[in-house]
Amino acid sequence: MDEFEAVIGLEVHVELNTRTKIFCGCSTLFGGEPNTHTCPVCTGMPGTLPVLNKKVVEHTIAVGVATNCEINTINKFDRKNYFYPDNPQNYQISQLYLPICRNGFVDIETGAGRKRIGISDIHMEEDAGKLIHDEEKGISLIDYNRSGVPLIEIVSRPDMGNAEEVIAYLEKLRLIIQYLNASDCKLNEGSMRADVNLSVKRKGSNVPGTRTEMKNLNSFKAITRAIENETKRQIELINSGGVVEMETRRWDDVKGESYIMRSKEEAKDYRYFPEPDLPPVYIDKSWVEEIKANQPEMRDEKRARYIKDFGIPKYDADIITMWVKMAEIFEKTTEICGRHKKVSNWLITETLRLLKENNLEPEDIAFSPENLARLVVLADEGIVNSNVAKEVFAEVFNNNIDPEKYIEEKGLKQDNNEDNIRKIVERVIENNPQSVKDYLEGRERALGFLVGQTMKETKGRANPALVNKILKEKITH
Amino acid sequence: MDIMKYTATELSEHIRAKDISAVEVVEAAIRNIKKYEGNINAFITIDEEKALEQVKRVQRLIEKGNFEGRLAGVPIAVKDNICVAGLKNTCGSKMLYNFVPFYSASVIDKLVAEGAVIIGKTNMDEFGMGSSTETSFFGATKNPIDTRYIPGGSSGGSAAALAAGECICALGSDTGGSIRQPAAFCGVTGLKPTYGTVSRYGLVAYASSLEQIGPMANNVKDCALLLDCMAGRDEKDATSVKRVSYSFEKCVDKGVKGIRVGIPVSYFERESDREIREDVLKAAELLKENGSVVEEFEMNLTDYLTPAYYIIACAEASSNLARFDGVKYGYRAENYNNLQSMYENSRNSGFGEEVKRRIELGSFVLSSGYYHEYYLKAMKVKKLIKQEFSKAFEKYDVLLMPVTPMQAKKLGESLSDPVNIYRRDICTVAANLTGSPAISVPFGKSSSGMPIGVQLMADCFREDNILRAAHIIEKGR
Repeated sequence: MDEFEAVIGLEVHVELNTRTKIFCGCSTLFGGEPNTHTCPVCTGMPGTLPVLNKKVVEHTIAVGVATNCEINTINKFDRKNYFYPDNPQNYQISQLYLPICRNGFVDIETGAGRKRIGISDIHMEEDAGKLIHDEEKGISLIDYNRSGVPLIEIVSRPDMGNAEEVIAYLEKLRLIIQYLNASDCKLNEGSMRADVNLSVKRKGSNVPGTRTEMKNLNSFKAITRAIENETKRQIELINSGGVVEMETRRWDDVKGESYIMRSKEEAKDYRYFPEPDLPPVYIDKSWVEEIKANQPEMRDEKRARYIKDFGIPKYDADIITMWVKMAEIFEKTTEICGRHKKVSNWLITETLRLLKENNLEPEDIAFSPENLARLVVLADEGIVNSNVAKEVFAEVFNNNIDPEKYIEEKGLKQDNNEDNIRKIVERVIENNPQSVKDYLEGRERALGFLVGQTMKETKGRANPALVNKILKEKITH
Repeated sequence: MDIMKYTATELSEHIRAKDISAVEVVEAAIRNIKKYEGNINAFITIDEEKALEQVKRVQRLIEKGNFEGRLAGVPIAVKDNICVAGLKNTCGSKMLYNFVPFYSASVIDKLVAEGAVIIGKTNMDEFGMGSSTETSFFGATKNPIDTRYIPGGSSGGSAAALAAGECICALGSDTGGSIRQPAAFCGVTGLKPTYGTVSRYGLVAYASSLEQIGPMANNVKDCALLLDCMAGRDEKDATSVKRVSYSFEKCVDKGVKGIRVGIPVSYFERESDREIREDVLKAAELLKENGSVVEEFEMNLTDYLTPAYYIIACAEASSNLARFDGVKYGYRAENYNNLQSMYENSRNSGFGEEVKRRIELGSFVLSSGYYHEYYLKAMKVKKLIKQEFSKAFEKYDVLLMPVTPMQAKKLGESLSDPVNIYRRDICTVAANLTGSPAISVPFGKSSSGMPIGVQLMADCFREDNILRAAHIIEKGR
């Protein structure tokens, strides 16, 4: 039996974080009451006309520059015609014939090494509204708050061969776009969406297979599973004498399988034609140069700077720069308190642990750099011991409390008074003769128990190093 | 003197000088409407109360002094595809029989700021698709000169309202001759401005790249005045242009000495009506007597004008009218059992035959496989036509020709043969395909006593030339 390999290309939609919509002045804020961020233009009322938001063009040029694209001087919009109620005009304003960016690439790194993924084009378009089906009443409602929110679609070349490469490519795009502050790129909230075009061909062959398009992929995990599942499905189909059909499939992440949404016969004819309501947009070289000059520091530069200027390990710098928010907190915190490696430790261990535990993303971090800086100093200077520091950090993480006030109020300051500790140690030794005996007989673990008992008596405030030292003295002398 | 026989210029002067009360003028218009509407059916909506409210506001401003509105107290009839907040906007269609916009077209805001009083919304061919005002869902409009005849269309209601003395000025829209042709049939003056001169915001779109809102009046000067009040770049219409400001009204009296007039004989010598041909030649004589240089010349692409026009107009219409689907506003079919049938039944019974014909034609020319054969080819032809006209305008300041090759038909005579009707737009569509300004001015009468109009066309942004020539023709009438 022949061996197969997958050929994968991606269509990635990214919601740009402009203040207003692409063709009107309505707010793009997420989560307003239904139909409150709307006007005659974005609800497609008769007689209204679109006017292009310049900020959308700027963001798209920035993304194009950062992904090594050519920026087209003459830009046109086209209408994509299809009937669906989430689309109030029954056409979407998009770009087909003259998209803004072309022929770019990004380099990704996977276990197999470095690889260049081509980008065939990036175009601007408008998002649709949201349909809400009320099964009970048997009615459907439409919320047009998202209608007209600016999107870019980044179309890759079919240069990827497996899920790992796809995820690396998406991570790369996400980072670039987040660093440009062009979008927050949250898959779970839909501000980044990926459709996967996948075909399989015999290894080494130049004959491309028939591809399918997979939709409804809401997480990196879902994307990975869908790619593995679809690759297997196509190979099995071919091996059992079947033929892969050009079709659009929908991924069901609960069931772990996909089903046909639209067959080739049902493929829509979008009747694209040039949008007559929008004149061509001319992008001269100086505009592109200006955007290039104002491009913020990207991840690779930032990472190098952290290692060089702050002396933190590459491992730390890799993790911190993986999210713009993380890097931002790192920079602001160290600006206040220095101690770069200590701040880094708190971010890449405790912070990430708590985020994971609470199912949050680094973008959701709610504590202030000021409070983190205070905690770092308190712990570093031994004013609280490390266990208490972790407890206090949890409070900082959850409620953004001021750690100085908090330990004051709760009396959590580390006790470094040897006399106090000695008294308690004596009591603990008296009450646990068996453990003392065990330790003297060479059972090291017994000392740990005695330290624990002492700490408990001091409500965790005693300096653990001192406790250790005094216990050993008392037992052996 | 009958108040309704004044020109807009005279009236607003008298009103500002407090010789005539604005309220009196509007009341006179309403009296005439009540007297003639039964026979003419020029209006779809008349809001007497609102008109009186408006005019009282204007009158108060005048009494306070300092009101300089150039249209103070002038009653204006507005075609029913130009939105006026709070007034029904039907486009002559069952589809929008109950649609009341809560926003006004930009031109309406401008006219109202100049003191104009909107007295009602005029009848039209459904969505502007027709040239007789017989395709309106609200019944045909009759020609006030002889009610056995059609008033022309699609702005037939506005032309008839003017001819019947039901208003002083009117607004029409011109996609392929819809201002000029009814003006000719009803013996009034109508101007299609250079594309981009007047904002289209609030004009329910038929063919966005071809149409303009334009003035209709009983004389050339009023058209110029109205255009002065309407023209200008509008932030809400990206296709509107900023023009070097000059007064259209002041151009009117400048005479035609030295103006080079070309008569494109190939346009009309073959198929046009003899009386119309003779009329045009008489107008040419008149211009010559007043100092113009007049010359006949040939044009080559005349056979392609209407085919190119109908392909482009219908293509855009098929997309522009997609939003009328029964989902958000307007007519929704009573019977349906799912989304698809709601769309189908609503559109099937909401649109009239001619509208459906053009949507079908437009969808066809945009569909995959035909886009290149029809739509793109038509766009190329459009470009060639533009080139040919540009060349003509190097030699001539003004082109003189008929408005229509045929005289007005009687009601009911012209609906049966669409292709033949389309062909009669041959003289008017050129201005829409090239973006040029053109005016229709009454000159002479046919043997059946119906008015005949002649058309003057100039290069883009040269309304001054056609206004000057039109004024000479109207004076020599």
